[in-house]
Amino acid sequence: MYYDPFVLPFMIGLNILCIYLVVTYVRWIRSFSRADRHTILKNMISIKTLRACKEIFLESLVHHKIYRTSPFLGYMHMCFGLGWFLLIVVGKIESLVYHTSLFNPPYFAIFFRFFHPANEAFPHSNVFAFLMDLILLMILSGLALAWFKRLYSRLLGMKRTTRHRPFDRLILTVLWLIFPVRFLAESFTSGSRGGGSFLTHSAGEFFASFLPVESLSYPMWWVYSSVLGIFFLLLPFSRYMHIPTEMVYIFLKNWGVKQGRKFTAISKFQLYACSRCGICIDQCQLGSSLGLTTTQPVYFLKKIRHHEDYSQEIDNCLMCGRCENACPVDLHLNLLRLSQRKDYTHITKNTYTYIPAPRIPKARVAYFAGCMGHLTPGVIRAMRQLFEKAGIEYTFIDEQNGICCGRPMMLSGNYNAASIVVERNRTAILNSGAEILVTSCPICYTTFKENYHLNLKIMHHTEYIAQLISQGLLHPHASELRTVFHNPCELGRGNGICESPMQVLQAVSRPVPTKYDGKKSLCCGGSLANLHITPTQRSRLSEDALNAYLSYHPDVLVTACPLCKKTFAKNHHTVPIKDIAEIVAENC
Amino acid sequence: MNNIWGFTISSARVIDYDKNDRSFAQYMTDTVPSSQLCIGCGGCTATCTAGALTDFNIRKLQMLVKRGENREAGEQMHKCMLCGKCLLVCPRGVDTRRMIFAMLKYIDNQKL
Ligand code: SF4
Ligand code: SF4
Ligand code: SF4
Ligand code: SF4
Repeated sequence: MYYDPFVLPFMIGLNILCIYLVVTYVRWIRSFSRADRHTILKNMISIKTLRACKEIFLESLVHHKIYRTSPFLGYMHMCFGLGWFLLIVVGKIESLVYHTSLFNPPYFAIFFRFFHPANEAFPHSNVFAFLMDLILLMILSGLALAWFKRLYSRLLGMKRTTRHRPFDRLILTVLWLIFPVRFLAESFTSGSRGGGSFLTHSAGEFFASFLPVESLSYPMWWVYSSVLGIFFLLLPFSRYMHIPTEMVYIFLKNWGVKQGRKFTAISKFQLYACSRCGICIDQCQLGSSLGLTTTQPVYFLKKIRHHEDYSQEIDNCLMCGRCENACPVDLHLNLLRLSQRKDYTHITKNTYTYIPAPRIPKARVAYFAGCMGHLTPGVIRAMRQLFEKAGIEYTFIDEQNGICCGRPMMLSGNYNAASIVVERNRTAILNSGAEILVTSCPICYTTFKENYHLNLKIMHHTEYIAQLISQGLLHPHASELRTVFHNPCELGRGNGICESPMQVLQAVSRPVPTKYDGKKSLCCGGSLANLHITPTQRSRLSEDALNAYLSYHPDVLVTACPLCKKTFAKNHHTVPIKDIAEIVAENC
Repeated sequence: MNNIWGFTISSARVIDYDKNDRSFAQYMTDTVPSSQLCIGCGGCTATCTAGALTDFNIRKLQMLVKRGENREAGEQMHKCMLCGKCLLVCPRGVDTRRMIFAMLKYIDNQKL
């Protein structure tokens, strides 16, 4: 029987951790709505589970999304994630090959070198020893990088690392101790009794030359078991809770549980699945332009978790989605923020009785300019021109007496009020009998898609113009203008429309590629979702974004959102800022 | 007695600064300092989505609050649709939309 009292700390820690996790997760899952639980049951035995396993491998172990931000950082996380995983798996296989029984105690594989210091050879024992040393080396190299990162976090492609509480620092130290201690324990054992491979064997011989390794090795195994045990005990109360939680979250996500606008059990999973990697920090323009460093998701989620005051952070977010787009754990950061915004208006159906019932002429295509569209008459003029050129019969929903689409209200948490406005617009759109609804405003576009439940084709004018061109209804000529495209948050990141604007721009100009193309675009600063920053701060943010684009020296800065256009144009007058519809209309 | 001067004061039209409750105005100044920058140009009102359809008037709303006529302000402000157009046209950089949020929150707390 393989047993030694030193395994106790490890076993106690592991068991308590497992019980704690199971109890917590079961409690959370039980609070899911009936519909969610039904979805889970329906999708549990399907291809989706396999997909989740693949995602867990890629995200939780290989961390392939972090590679996008920085290969160094990706490698570092992979060393820990994949390294530790392999250490366990290969170690287990090794112990099985040796022991040939499937049921050896869990600690046997972990402390294999203690119980089996290579006194007897077994099939491929050298290969296993080599592999285990290689994996340990991989982890240690990741550890070295982590140290390095603390010192020179700028070198790794990130400007700031996350600020930690003292408790976090404690568990970080424990985590960092685990592998060096394992290395020492194995080396000392190898030094006194043989075994190991290129790493631990050589190190063992080296230590044996000047240390009493014989008497040191046993205490070292005690230390190793203890740090593991302590790590397991501290884990639920630290950020490392993300390791198990992320895996469960990936399953739930793949089984179809969605984050809605309320804070529910799935939000809790996300809260704890945040690894505090800090990748969101550098994405946030509130930080880079305004020096606000408490509102980024990593801090926001932490404050919710630790029940600190986060009332200001609730309001202080542009919901630009830049952090969400970069988050390697794929958290729904915008919705999480929104779930904290409360409805405090006292608006009833009667409040808006002043809105007249619209009388809309019928047509196959309906056009909705939106509030912001009306603030930039040039965009509406261009759209009218294009409809006419293409010979399209259309009806202009909000030509007169137009009202807001409701999204600004939703973004402030006031869904109740929004639903009334939505109903008004919805009736108008349905009365028009249109099959296609074209809008100039990406904000309206999002609402129409998400909240209006319309049974017709909804298109942003960029998509529509691209379609008109490909159908041969519009024949723009290519101009010599150098254009840089600013993809509006709600269009590119929010709705994934990145191709159409590029096709259109290529047809009418010479677009200059930038590092802000597609989903990496900046926020113009005009976002209605931020309820906190002042107009002066907005201007500074938008100036920074504008300058980033203008560093590519375009003749025209093109965007596809009237709000972006207005925001940029407010502070700037030398380079023209135009909507994509205007550029096309000018070249038709 | 007022007749000595050739006019009378109709009490219904008097705004008594001493009697009016100015705590709302003070709250607004504190939470949205830029509200003090307003020059009353009316740009916000001219562009207002809600104002185009009803007698809602955001410039007047600010004035009501500043004068302490809270009840009337409280009755009016819910008509705003929070669309944000006013914010974009204001030449003085008054955070009109945030002001409305602040008012709504205040009203929610006070149950005016
Ligand atoms: S929110 Fe996402 S990007 Fe930000 S720290 Fe958490 S896991 Fe990393
Ligand atoms: S959504 Fe935008 S503004 Fe909000 S925290 Fe993320 S990056 Fe910052
Ligand atoms: S946010 Fe309100 S006050 Fe401002 S323009 Fe829109 S409806 Fe009018
Ligand atoms: S546009 Fe600005 S300055 Fe003019 S009345 Fe409105 S808030 Fe005041």
